[in-house]
Amino acid sequence: MTGPRRLDLRATAATLVGLAALGAVPLVVRRDDVLNLGVVFFLAIALAQSWNVIAGLAGQVNLGHAAFFGLGALVTRSLWIAGAPVLLAMAAGAAVATVAGVALGLVAFRLRGAYFAIGTLALSEILRVSVGNVLAEISTLPAAAIAGYRLGPRYYGALALALGSVLVVAGLIRSRLGLGMEAVREDEAAAEASGVGAFGVKLRAVVVSTCLAGLTGGLFAYYHISYYPQHPFSPIWTFDAVLVTFIGGVGTVHGPVLGAAFYVLFKEYLAVQWVDAHLLIFGALFVLIVLLLPGGLVEAGQRIARRLAGVLVSRPAPGVR
Amino acid sequence: MRILQQLVLGLLLGGLYGLAAAGLSLIFGVLKVLNVAHGELIMLGGYAAFWLSAIVGLDPFVALAGVIPLTAVLGLVLYGGLFGFVVRFDEETRIKNSLLVGFGLSLTLHALAVKLWTADERSIPTGYAGQTIGVGGLVLPLGRLASLAVALALIGLTHLFLARARWGQAIRATAEDWEAALLQGIDVRRAYLLAFALGTALAGAAGCLVAVGYSISPAIGLEWTFKALIVVVLAGLGSLFGTFVGGLVLGVAEAASALTFGGPYREVVGLLIFFCVLIARPQGLFGRP
Repeated sequence: MTGPRRLDLRATAATLVGLAALGAVPLVVRRDDVLNLGVVFFLAIALAQSWNVIAGLAGQVNLGHAAFFGLGALVTRSLWIAGAPVLLAMAAGAAVATVAGVALGLVAFRLRGAYFAIGTLALSEILRVSVGNVLAEISTLPAAAIAGYRLGPRYYGALALALGSVLVVAGLIRSRLGLGMEAVREDEAAAEASGVGAFGVKLRAVVVSTCLAGLTGGLFAYYHISYYPQHPFSPIWTFDAVLVTFIGGVGTVHGPVLGAAFYVLFKEYLAVQWVDAHLLIFGALFVLIVLLLPGGLVEAGQRIARRLAGVLVSRPAPGVR
Repeated sequence: MRILQQLVLGLLLGGLYGLAAAGLSLIFGVLKVLNVAHGELIMLGGYAAFWLSAIVGLDPFVALAGVIPLTAVLGLVLYGGLFGFVVRFDEETRIKNSLLVGFGLSLTLHALAVKLWTADERSIPTGYAGQTIGVGGLVLPLGRLASLAVALALIGLTHLFLARARWGQAIRATAEDWEAALLQGIDVRRAYLLAFALGTALAGAAGCLVAVGYSISPAIGLEWTFKALIVVVLAGLGSLFGTFVGGLVLGVAEAASALTFGGPYREVVGLLIFFCVLIARPQGLFGRP
């Protein structure tokens, strides 16, 4: 899917510092719309990074990613409304998503490449339809919870999750496990032949990925006042994660953050210009990126830098023959 | 009797599954490209038929004669603009990239359809909509019965084209081994283009029939993509009639499961079958014996 990559330390550090700096925003700006945009941005980062682990690093294109986001949201929401502390509820949500992820991995990692992708898409549809059948009613917070609703904890919770997801991906890329994932992504048979246990590597990738996705779903459930329980299971969430990762750069640490910034801001702009047109434009944009710029913004930046460097270096000095 | 009635209705719907899957199977088999926007092409075919009959006043079965060339042209455009780029890769990258391209395309077409025609469900009203034929206590809706016949006829025609026509044989040779076909002097790119347009036209025809006997909305795409995928997995590649029978089997299986578990779960059962078959045949959909 992508060429070998090494951790770009400067870009990673800049990303982390930039994100952490956003922690000051609620102290300076008191506008709810800005903070809401922040939460959406952080959730997009975390969800994209969670997909980046399984697909970008380990090369397993999981098109059923919404299932784990949805499970995290479902479990967190149910426990939280039932009275559990929200952090505990989120941990439980992440745990359920992870268990589901392992179960999926045990079965579906028999499938290679595209078959894995459509298999996971089918499984997430099964869950979506079933959840819609069982829980058809809209889920709304109890009146007391709405009265006590404050944006601050949501903002910082989502920020922490986004930071955590970036750190996880950066840590993975530096680790032995990350190298194993890269080997499996590039050529599974060759990886096996060189002593990498492909199945184990993929299973650990799915654990990290689905745990993160479950946590993100939990935050979604904590953040939104009312939504249909079926909604977080929709393939739209998978598409969000895939799109953000592709815009930024698959398999990189800072790509999904760039992609999320671009996606969230552009989507906000589009929503002002044409209501409901964002899927149309992003769908087309995604297709173009897959075909023409498979490395996303990160690759575009590298190409431009190389071009510039090429211009500077290769131009012969005047008078020299 | 009630059970038999439901199973027969499932069979009638299954014919459309077969037609839907035939297009996907053809494209998949020849180009090794998995177009997950196939359901959206069916949806577009349905809308083309709907507007042809609403504006021009054509009977939907006559409108079919307009829908097929329209969607074939759409296929040419999609191949020229998108999938033609994908087929340049080696086989594994090709499937993966076509999947991603199709995924983006399906969301785009869905959003476009909602924008143009709203999210409402529609179906084509016909004079014979309520008419039925009674056969030994069974009630057969006339429109759906005719749809099944048309679906079978279209499959037959496509089969004849692939078996007899010069370009049909070129398409089959390309599906078998494109490098050998190239060495025999076959224009492989053109065979790809033709097969893609043909597959898209079959999707459009299926959409037209769906709009007659059932209903269409912008959201039906993913569901129909899955129906087609399930049938392709069940029936394997290579035989159009096999695909048609696979569609009938799925239709009956869904009806049986709806009777057993209740209507809302009919989709789930199909998807479960799909997943189990995938797991049982991990070498892939076109693992030829």
